[in-house]
Amino acid sequence: MAILALSQRASVDPYQDASRSSHVRQRAGGLAPPWRIGLSNPLLSGAKVDDRLELSAGGSWTAVHAADLEALVESAAGSRASSLTIDMGNVDKLDTFGAWVLERLSRQWSGIGAPVRFVGLPDHYRGLLDEVRRLGREPARAAVETRGWTAGLEWLGRMAERGQQDLGLLVAMLGELTLAFARALVRPRNFRITSIVHQLERVCWQAVPIILLITFLIGCIIAQQGFFHFRKFGADEYVVDLVGILVLREIGVLIVAIMVAGRSGSSYTAEIGSMKMREEIDALKTMGLDPIETLVMPRVIALAIALPILTFLGSMAALYGGELTAQLYAGMSPEVFLARLKDAISITHFKVGMIKAPFMAVVIGIVACTAGLNVKGSAESLGLQTTASVVKSIFLVIVLDGLFAVFFASIGM
Amino acid sequence: MQDDTQNDKENAIRVRNLVVAFGETTVIDHLSLDVIKGEILGLVGGSGSGKSVLLRTIIGLLPKRQGSIEILGVDLDKANGADLRALERRWGILFQQGALFSSLSVRENVKFPMRQYLDLSPGLMDEIALAKLEMVGLKPRDGDKLPSELSGGMTKRAALARALALDPEIVFLDEPTSGLDPIAAGDFDMLIRTLQRTLGLTVFMVTHDLESLATVCDRVAVLAEGKVVAVGPLVSVQASAHPWVKSYFQGRRTRTSNNAQPAI
Repeated sequence: MAILALSQRASVDPYQDASRSSHVRQRAGGLAPPWRIGLSNPLLSGAKVDDRLELSAGGSWTAVHAADLEALVESAAGSRASSLTIDMGNVDKLDTFGAWVLERLSRQWSGIGAPVRFVGLPDHYRGLLDEVRRLGREPARAAVETRGWTAGLEWLGRMAERGQQDLGLLVAMLGELTLAFARALVRPRNFRITSIVHQLERVCWQAVPIILLITFLIGCIIAQQGFFHFRKFGADEYVVDLVGILVLREIGVLIVAIMVAGRSGSSYTAEIGSMKMREEIDALKTMGLDPIETLVMPRVIALAIALPILTFLGSMAALYGGELTAQLYAGMSPEVFLARLKDAISITHFKVGMIKAPFMAVVIGIVACTAGLNVKGSAESLGLQTTASVVKSIFLVIVLDGLFAVFFASIGM
Repeated sequence: MQDDTQNDKENAIRVRNLVVAFGETTVIDHLSLDVIKGEILGLVGGSGSGKSVLLRTIIGLLPKRQGSIEILGVDLDKANGADLRALERRWGILFQQGALFSSLSVRENVKFPMRQYLDLSPGLMDEIALAKLEMVGLKPRDGDKLPSELSGGMTKRAALARALALDPEIVFLDEPTSGLDPIAAGDFDMLIRTLQRTLGLTVFMVTHDLESLATVCDRVAVLAEGKVVAVGPLVSVQASAHPWVKSYFQGRRTRTSNNAQPAI
């Protein structure tokens, strides 16, 4: 019964969805080869005569039936006979898939020394079969697969090597940028003022609203948490010290740097990366222009100008958020807040925050532009590099912040 | 079931009174065209005459204003989603820039449509993908390369292998030889001819290349002013009185190309 069902299925419209052929394959795979039990499948039927296997093919030997064909031919390969003859006279349609399955069978049988003959093949399919016979002679390489702990070790090694290469690239970029900057000091025209101003508008002016909003909210949150916890000790007024010092020294510049890395660093990478993909960078080089000087330097300079400005604005917004929270949440009057702030902070705290900003900007700019120039031809590579650019620049910004903390502590700032 | 080569008078593509316009600009103006099963039809026309627009409208990438398009007996307007998907499996398209998926290797690119539509064992799929690559003249080891690592000619070949992945009945080629040197272009033309004969394909080819027209096309259609102004075997089209057709086939570049005389 199962075979009858199979034969009905095989005659359905060849362009039905392929999902049904999976059922057919499962059944065909589980059956004894048709010629052993004396029944037939319209695609391939036949019987064993003495020790010769004589099969007859029919119907559509095409892509849609390829899964069934494969299963049938596999079962034919399993039976042993001294020779195989396939009558192709009833085949209506033959395409590369069918031809390849036949060729596969023929190669398997020839491999064990049993000749295979095709008879009754319509003439117009002979070319296709001859073509297929020519193909796939070069053995394909088997994929090398390593498993277990060695694979883990290999991964670790590769990651370490990549990390080292990345660091090398960043240092090289810093060097090239310094050289370009030195050349520009000699020839100020190289600074490309128009380009810098254009970039400034994008990374500074257009970033102001979102930076103000985020830092304002952060200021509010720090103050609220401060009041909530410090109140238990009756240390309300120290919240002002907390907000002032934290915002000016650390939070202001860090939040802004992280925002800028996500907002502008990613766009630098995507921009330069797609220019690289479309060979625009190569075009620049062939015109005698240095991409570092024309693309990277204006962007890094724009960031180095923008980040201190944004840090200043962000810190002020955060302090205002703290003040507003003090007034609305803790009932501290603005006068008291300002007087307390004046006592708590000094110009040193402000300087510590502001000094860090341009360094962080350079780190973000270098990481983003290096990643952009590292993009290879594919769309996937662009995505990977953009992700890497943001992750690396945020990581490096935080590392740099830590180094600065040690530095300022040791010089007593 | 009927044999494809026996009813070769049947149309693979039937376009009637097609109008395609963008805003105020009418690009295709009441155009009618037939592509006969089993032939290679070359579509020529000036730059901006709407050849690619026609191709993209036929395969459903651009909307039409009026008219009907029938492919392999299926009217695109009357077909439902399932019919259209079934139809899409029966054609393959070679885009001008190849349009290979840049994040997949060449072999994965060829396997992509098979994986989507056919239920094959991984081993068989791999073998057939490699066989297709060899059919278009690539080496099996090229299969592991990424599209960005291929030369222009190899990209075209790999894209052709992907277009042929499901053994389609119709292949659309958008300027298959553009960007190739004359020798590579000639090789590619011969490849198209060979594959067309071996696989019994119907080929609809947009081209600029007079060599292609002369060597591989059974019929040539000339597109000008949004209409097909001449259609038929190359010789009869060359005899057309239409001014654009005249200047196209009798221009200096054409003469030197046809008679192999040195340019002045």
